[in-house]
Amino acid sequence: MSIEVRNLTKTFGSFTALRDVSFTVTSGELVALLGPSGSGKTTLLRTIAGLEAPDAGSVLFDGDDATERSPKDRRVGFVFQHYALFRHMTVFENVAFGLRVRPRAERPSDGEIRRKVDELLALVQLEYLGDRYPAQLSGGQRQRVALARALAVEPRALLLDEPFGALDAKVRQELRRWLRRLHGQIHLTSVFVTHDQEEALELANRVVVMNDGTIEQDGTPEEVVEHPATPFVMNFVGNVNMFHGRVQAGKALLGPLALQYPAHESAEARSASGYTRPHEIEITRSEDGSGLWATVSDVRRTGAIVKMELSDERGGLIQVELGRDQFDRLHPSTGERVYLKPKRVRVFMHE
Amino acid sequence: MTTTAAPGVSATRGHVIIPSKVRRLTEPSIVRFVLTGMALAFLMLFLAVPLTAVFVEALSRGLAAYVAAMAEPFTIAALRLTLITTAIAVPANLVFGLCAAWVIGKFQFRGRHVLTTLIDLPFAVSPVIAGLVFVLLFGRQGFFGPWLAEHGVRIIFAVPGIVLATVFVSLPFIAREVIPVMEASGAQEEEAARVLGAGGLQTFFRVTLPNIKWGVLYGVILCSARAIGEFGAVSVVSGHIRGLTNTLPLHVEILYNEYQFQAAFAVASILTCLALVTLVAKTIAERRLHT
Repeated sequence: MSIEVRNLTKTFGSFTALRDVSFTVTSGELVALLGPSGSGKTTLLRTIAGLEAPDAGSVLFDGDDATERSPKDRRVGFVFQHYALFRHMTVFENVAFGLRVRPRAERPSDGEIRRKVDELLALVQLEYLGDRYPAQLSGGQRQRVALARALAVEPRALLLDEPFGALDAKVRQELRRWLRRLHGQIHLTSVFVTHDQEEALELANRVVVMNDGTIEQDGTPEEVVEHPATPFVMNFVGNVNMFHGRVQAGKALLGPLALQYPAHESAEARSASGYTRPHEIEITRSEDGSGLWATVSDVRRTGAIVKMELSDERGGLIQVELGRDQFDRLHPSTGERVYLKPKRVRVFMHE
Repeated sequence: MTTTAAPGVSATRGHVIIPSKVRRLTEPSIVRFVLTGMALAFLMLFLAVPLTAVFVEALSRGLAAYVAAMAEPFTIAALRLTLITTAIAVPANLVFGLCAAWVIGKFQFRGRHVLTTLIDLPFAVSPVIAGLVFVLLFGRQGFFGPWLAEHGVRIIFAVPGIVLATVFVSLPFIAREVIPVMEASGAQEEEAARVLGAGGLQTFFRVTLPNIKWGVLYGVILCSARAIGEFGAVSVVSGHIRGLTNTLPLHVEILYNEYQFQAAFAVASILTCLALVTLVAKTIAERRLHT
């Protein structure tokens, strides 16, 4: 099922959660809503599910206006951040719930329900835990029960609110991989909310970056990483080093950096900032004309990459990430002066 | 283990040495003994002794007299009235308590605190005042008095007044117990049920109620205990007509004032037994509520 959101606005008292938000999810996509807390991403997801009523705008399912439809009639699966499993029901009954509450005419027989629930529990690899209660399960198991429960009603779309937020790193990795495989199998239109950029980039076909109730960028993971549309996206999707300065006559002058900037040929000076990612900086011992130097203040080895912190001539922090081999070849020691060469700088003019 | 052995405990004898820090965590045994003793003596004096006295006095003239006092028609009428009153007041307060707790526990709205405070009003008001309020409203000289008299409806000095007074004084119990449980269980499970296609009633009976049932039961028990035992408010509106508007507690008072001590205590023993049953049920419900 395709989902279209048109000009959604939602306020809670004096707080505006969504400002005129529009976007489309085509059938079969796996879309991430990425943003910091308070950016409106969860409100957007809940509005799609019908758990919040928008102040203005509409939600369309397959082109039909569903804005006024109650959540019970929308046939979307929703996985809550803290799972919201029914505490007093066994795992089996949790999964069966959506089938048991159907009107008598549509309700499957007990045998069918049993077959269906067993099938779903096998899908989420919990077939032997049907008699347990939610309190007796681990976080990852609860998460999978919540998924099976949402899938039991054969939803036309699956909405997940911070699906892996409450899990530890290892389980999160596993479930992420598992969810991607599942999506590959059943091609169910899915939207998930996350504040973890790595999760969004790794899992989704498309990433919608949100900030302060608006969409900052809507694109493939590659577009979001390689061509961030705004400084916010640049900052949010990974670490950055920032250089303030101005653009004038086709040149960007950002502190010690001077770059070509054909986008602004005018002689009028505009203030601007340049951003470069820690892994986009090369380090050398010899001066090569860029004029940017810094002293090494801290070195941390984290597996395959080495994270370095340097301070530039004004004492500002610069982060650099090198591959282990690269680092070992150069082996700069703490306190040493090195020269920096940014391979790529993205310049954003200030409004 | 530290070397700061307690005085008198020698490490060389192979005893386990209790570090002095740990020893200081418990009070000296003399203090513990005195405190426990005081608490027990207090309980004996104010709870165990009166409780025993009720039964001793009730049986002071033998079992036959006890049974006779129980079988007395006015006693049976009083017992029936108490049970009828309770059977109306408790379900009424159950419905009200559930509605109020649901609204207060699940929603944020203007006037929420006012409502919470209003529910506590019967706790704050003296029962006698509560009774008088009903007399002022429904009595012959009261606000609705003339209208009621015209239509031949009797509330004060009749059963409806007793029921009203009982509902009033036992009103907070169920709501008070259910609100915190309702708040603690949050709204997420209900939301999950709605998204899964459950209607309002299905959500309430399949999801909300099972989550709060021990809280509800605890409230019902407390509410029943109060409804059975209420004296002050009921006394004001009852009129003490034997066989008609006398509840058990009022009947005990009448018997006592007539110097029928044994009969008074025999009737009181019924109330005591009801209280003990309530207490056991309450303990069980409380244990389930907190696990």
